[in-house]
Amino acid sequence: MSVPSVRLPTLSLAAGLGLAVLAPVSAQADAAADRQAILDALAEEARAADPAFSGFSAAGGETVFRTEWAGGDERTPSCTACHTQDPTAMGRNAKTGRPIEPVAVSVNPDRFTDPDEVAKQFRRDCEAVMGRACTAQEKGDYITFMAEQ
Amino acid sequence: MTRHAVSLALALSALVVAGPALADDDWIPPVTDDLTRAECGDCHMAFQPGFLPARSWDAMMDGLADHFGDDASIAADKTEHIRAYLTANAGDRIRSEMAREYMRWVREGGVPLRITENPEFLDEHDFRQEVWDRPEVVTKSNCLACHEAAERGSYDED
Ligand code: HEC
Repeated sequence: MSVPSVRLPTLSLAAGLGLAVLAPVSAQADAAADRQAILDALAEEARAADPAFSGFSAAGGETVFRTEWAGGDERTPSCTACHTQDPTAMGRNAKTGRPIEPVAVSVNPDRFTDPDEVAKQFRRDCEAVMGRACTAQEKGDYITFMAEQ
Repeated sequence: MTRHAVSLALALSALVVAGPALADDDWIPPVTDDLTRAECGDCHMAFQPGFLPARSWDAMMDGLADHFGDDASIAADKTEHIRAYLTANAGDRIRSEMAREYMRWVREGGVPLRITENPEFLDEHDFRQEVWDRPEVVTKSNCLACHEAAERGSYDED
């Protein structure tokens, strides 16, 4: 019987390919779930701050991202000072010169998936740009915008 | 060529080859601690602890809430982990030629915070203003702009 000897490797190759394709897909699904958990927590916080809260908007996030705010460090009037106008592009820290990986989720699927990292960076970056903390609404809007980029 | 000239040439080329390997004053032990690399490396290259004495790293970790004007504070357990690593590997605690060259400018009991103000640094970086003004440089502490292998502790001239 020569058929199995030809088929078997083909089958196992196919199975191997299937795994290789499935693995990143499920990793991305995990990342999306982690991101959603962060958004859910922010939504709860936003509702507590404002009972009229009606969800997050990508347009609001784009405003957070592109607005030239007053009150922060003069080297960083907007988020784009470090993350650039294009979220899919490499950024550069305007204060230290260190390159920053793109913040768009399409380019970097692991973006906004570690709650500690997200909280730490919003605290630092909003202070640098606006001279104040971002609200839960602004944070949720920002992540929603980046998730669509 | 006489035999003498040949052996002189050989000796010279041996010197040239051995030169960079012998000059361990442009290599400093790199950061080997993952948490230190990750947390300090968020905003800038994680500088090698050998550039400052242990008491400077203590002061640095005590002052993260106002870290050169930025709030760089992190969770207390992480702060203490990084403090322990940096102080144990500080310039006055390790044997390193490059660290020694920086330490010899530090006053007894002095607590410098800026590596870029050390006379050893200034002496090695006596450039025209145009060099500092290059767009990729941004600031004097951006070692990687010119020293490609700086994260591995290698500050060969580039
Ligand atoms: C001074 C430069 C700088 C500015 C200005 C800046 N950021 Fe950042 N941002 C960083 C750095 C550095 C990181 C961490 C490195 C990384 O995640 O690649 C980061 C990461 C983040 C993250 C975490 C991303 C993740 O995957 O968890 C968030 C959220 C963020 N920035 C939001 C903002 C917002 C909102 C603004 C504007 C209000 C802003 N940033 C402006 C430098 C900056």
